[in-house]
Amino acid sequence: MAREQRIVETFVEFADTLVAHFDVVEFLHRVAERSVELLDCVEAGVLIADAAGGLRVMASSSERAEALELLQAQNAEGPCFECFQRARLVFSTDLAADAARWPLFAPAAVRARFGSVHAVPMRAHGKTIGALNLFRSNVGRLAVPDVPVSQGMADIAAIGLLNEREARETHDTVSQLQRALQSRVVIEQAKGLLAERLQLSMDEAFARLRGYAREHSHRLSQVADELIDGRLADTALIEKARRRDASDR
Amino acid sequence: MADRVSAVLAAMAAVDGNAASVTDRVCMAATGLLSLNGAGLSLMVDGELRGTAGATGPGIEAIQELQLSLGQGPCVDAWTLREPVTESDLADPVLLRWPAFAQEAVETGVRAVFAFPLQLGAIRIGVLALYRERPGGLSGDEFGDGLVLADVAVHVVLGLQAGARPDTLHELLAGQPAYWAEVHQATGMISAQLGVSLEEAFVRLRAASFAASRQLRDVAGDVVERRLRLEPS
Repeated sequence: MAREQRIVETFVEFADTLVAHFDVVEFLHRVAERSVELLDCVEAGVLIADAAGGLRVMASSSERAEALELLQAQNAEGPCFECFQRARLVFSTDLAADAARWPLFAPAAVRARFGSVHAVPMRAHGKTIGALNLFRSNVGRLAVPDVPVSQGMADIAAIGLLNEREARETHDTVSQLQRALQSRVVIEQAKGLLAERLQLSMDEAFARLRGYAREHSHRLSQVADELIDGRLADTALIEKARRRDASDR
Repeated sequence: MADRVSAVLAAMAAVDGNAASVTDRVCMAATGLLSLNGAGLSLMVDGELRGTAGATGPGIEAIQELQLSLGQGPCVDAWTLREPVTESDLADPVLLRWPAFAQEAVETGVRAVFAFPLQLGAIRIGVLALYRERPGGLSGDEFGDGLVLADVAVHVVLGLQAGARPDTLHELLAGQPAYWAEVHQATGMISAQLGVSLEEAFVRLRAASFAASRQLRDVAGDVVERRLRLEPS
């Protein structure tokens, strides 16, 4: 399929999601996944600022430990941190040459075999609320046609974060980001619970939760809540997985 | 550590530690930081919001308790909705919510109230409420401080349950425990392994990190990688 066609389809998919009753964590995971599909990068992650001003990971294109680690480690330095502080696009075309700029982040990224990185600001209401992080295997900059698409991805992630629910009170941006962060914690707790009960990896546990939510048109955070409080039995997630395995064959 | 967290810890350190419990000190720090006339902290017991674990004085404690006994008010709503509930003027004649609570609160000199749930994902431990004698909302920065105070309170309460000494607040918040996915994943795993609530699982994880003098995140990483399994007590 032509690249332009895929970009159009992705943004139509996002628009469809945004007008419906959607789950913010699931939405941001899809933004990260589609970023990897559409842009010249191998991993992507979404970080947002919390009330204390720290950056926290909301979603990533994979659960690959090295990538997650690099996202999580950007509280005091790194492209996302800098992007958030300066409210602008930040990149390193050659991470191996940027050890002086980011003494912790750059060597760790090189060890994880990344060549270059871009951090695109997520903006809303004139404020930067987080950053979309794009990791590339090669050195160099994002291709010129990728730049506006990456900003579009970051913008739509910001819209998703702030539009999950109707604006109600005056502290809306902060409240909505806080709610999104809590929702992500609930999902991580549910992943751990399910991974242990069914002896799965975190990746598989997350895939089961997402799969179940999608097939039943439930919000991911609702499925996580129900698993934790026992309304949803973990056996429901086993059955589903077996059926899916069978239909794959 | 982020500036806001440092500011909260500094405000807590400025309170006379001998004179008050740690939860009282959270309330006093809030009062100083946000020019309140008081703050109160209620904790969950057996799945319900019950009792007052911290307050800046008897008047505030009474207002806090009143909500629990009436079953209405910002604390009750913040607990039920799991999100902050604020009211900038309790004497507003068009205020429809909490009629009984609003009337008594105004009579005791409280005009505005801001209630923040104490939670860590699905772990819900209580509510922190901030009271002001003048009407008016919180600024964006003040609201942010309220959220940070609530986070600090969560880690203080759970840390104390895990056997932390009350004078080790910095240690409880060092490394920003809530930031790491593996901490929450390990909490879920321990909950399944030991058949305990998520709250209990987090407390066990925290206690294991104290016992080993290791960062919470590192111990959590071992649990997630299945290199470490906590023993049932």
